[in-house]
Amino acid sequence: MRTVFKTSYDADINLFRHGAQRGWYILLLVVMLVLPLGVSSFAIGEMTNLLIWSIACMGLMILVGQTGQASLGHAAFLAIGCYANVLLQERLGLPFILSFPLAGLIAGIAGALIARPMTKLHGIYLAIGTLAIAILVDDFIVIAAPLTNGVIGLFAPDIDIFGLSFNRYANPERLYYLILGITLLVVLAYRNLQRSPLGRSFAAIRDSEISAQAMGVNVARTKAVAFGISAGITGLAGALMGHFAGIFNNETFNIIISIQLLLAIVIGGLGTIHGAFFGAAVVALLPQAISMTRDLLNQVLGGGSIAIPGLESAIFGAILIAFILFEPSGIYGRWFKIRTYFELFPFYRRDMFRRQKSYLKTERMR
Amino acid sequence: MSALLEIDNVTLRFGGVVAVNQVSFNVEEGEVFALVGPNGAGKSTLFNLISRIYDPAEGDIRFDGESILGKAPHDIARLGIARTFQNIELFEQATVMQNLLVGRHRHRKSNMWTELAFTPFVRAEERRHREAIEKVIDFLDLQAYRDKYIAGLPYGVRKVVEMGRALAIEPRLLLLDEPASGLSVEETQDVAFWVEDIKKQMGITVLMVEHDMHLVSAVSDRVLALADGQMLSIGKPHEVQNDPRVIEAYIGVSDEKQEVPA
Ligand SMILES: Nc1ncnc2c1ncn2[C@@H]1O[C@H](COP(=O)(O)OP(=O)(O)OP(=O)(O)O)[C@@H](O)[C@H]1O
Ligand SMILES: [Mg+2]
Repeated sequence: MRTVFKTSYDADINLFRHGAQRGWYILLLVVMLVLPLGVSSFAIGEMTNLLIWSIACMGLMILVGQTGQASLGHAAFLAIGCYANVLLQERLGLPFILSFPLAGLIAGIAGALIARPMTKLHGIYLAIGTLAIAILVDDFIVIAAPLTNGVIGLFAPDIDIFGLSFNRYANPERLYYLILGITLLVVLAYRNLQRSPLGRSFAAIRDSEISAQAMGVNVARTKAVAFGISAGITGLAGALMGHFAGIFNNETFNIIISIQLLLAIVIGGLGTIHGAFFGAAVVALLPQAISMTRDLLNQVLGGGSIAIPGLESAIFGAILIAFILFEPSGIYGRWFKIRTYFELFPFYRRDMFRRQKSYLKTERMR
Repeated sequence: MSALLEIDNVTLRFGGVVAVNQVSFNVEEGEVFALVGPNGAGKSTLFNLISRIYDPAEGDIRFDGESILGKAPHDIARLGIARTFQNIELFEQATVMQNLLVGRHRHRKSNMWTELAFTPFVRAEERRHREAIEKVIDFLDLQAYRDKYIAGLPYGVRKVVEMGRALAIEPRLLLLDEPASGLSVEETQDVAFWVEDIKKQMGITVLMVEHDMHLVSAVSDRVLALADGQMLSIGKPHEVQNDPRVIEAYIGVSDEKQEVPA
């Protein structure tokens, strides 16, 4: 916990808290940039997948972590972004650099419109309401077969930017760099949001709607805006998922994906950009980790291949329960504590992060 | 000239309970007006009526000569009415600075797109907001807590932060719901000085609910005593304190509240 001596208001406004912090992030960026040079194209593909999931997680994080609204329906916005992007390219002949942002915009507007009637719902009711959206969008894709090709699905063409083509197999590092760039833009937008009035009004709604309202925040509209921005970013991730997968149908964005997204940000750590990345890493890399462990077990035990259906979900669920029980602030929370421990060594106190007694809130005001 | 705030024959019922019963009073520009009364008298409910959390069954509420009953709750801050809550409603997972900055929401000029891009205009606006916040921090001596999270702050500091957040709105009318409850004698002293300064230096009109009669008589120009939603007595602090009906209301309640007027 370094003390920063602030000499101007900009110290609070700037992207990084201090020079050392900027240094670390630049180092991280350099690592991300040189990484494709040293690893297999399979690994590059996994990294790309992780980045796409990170964008999706940031999208949901803005809603859940920043604004405190639940959503079990975000696969719907992945789907809207994915279909919009491909259909704009195939049907209207738009290039990727137009169809991609438009897909985000369409998903965002859909999110804001759908959210408007739901802004009065809280907690479990909101979760159920958003779950219904995911089911509806799934059904709609099947019904609107002339447009979406129903359960058969659509092919996503290669991304093409001014004649330069991006294909997962032909030139994986090129696709990786493109998506890394998009990820950075989303991170920047997220940071900008956090340090400006809109982001603060999101946090205000998360912590106390009643006083956000007393400060002049239009709660219903701000929630709809949060839904919109969240759905828009998720839609961008959906568009990228489509290109990455190459082929997709209604099943690509089923309810399990919604739930996985939500679990990811809880495991990663709610309310932080770091949390979105940690959570995405768990979701994106877990299937690989499981199959690798399985292979290893097979080698050691020498038996035939063990195939346990549902193993992935079960392990995922177990990890989630472990986090909720032992580290509700997620992987980022744990990381933060470990870092503080070393920064303060040997002065760390065990109860340093113990939560303070919170004061009773009036129920009358609700 | 009409009063800054006019409560005109306002009634509000919760089921069978008449929480506010035909209450009328005016708060003049530049005064400190106190609401007193035993628990359940309807003081906080009056605040919630002014905040538009509840709709009155009867009567009208006017601010600066205009009825506010057509306004949405989030329009009230924009009119220039700020408030605190009896049970402290701060943004727990945010720092003191961020809490105060939410108070500046009324002065927001940027929009979603410029903020997502964090244009130079947004940066300039942020600087302006910080300057305004810095004045509030200086005024309330909150320097030491600027970057602390609310969740870790002691009760007394939270009360002050909430007052600061209301001041950040730069209101014309400040509603304080029990600003000194749960505070130590020294902290209550501070509140008294601040209320004085808010009135004299900042020119903000204050409507305050308070049980501590010392504080009320020290700072308020006029007092209204309520009991069971009814108006008992209105006037100068010592007049209200010595009104037999007020004394009876307090003794009749005979609960742990020791601020029985002498
Ligand atoms: N939302 C509500 N629903 C039902 N009854 C309510 C509600 N809010 C307040 N009341 C009732 O209205 C009456 C006035 O309550 P209010 O909170 O205004 O009292 P108060 O004067 O602020 O008292 P205190 O000194 O305890 O804060 C009480 O009888 C209370 O139980
Ligand atoms: Mg009260």
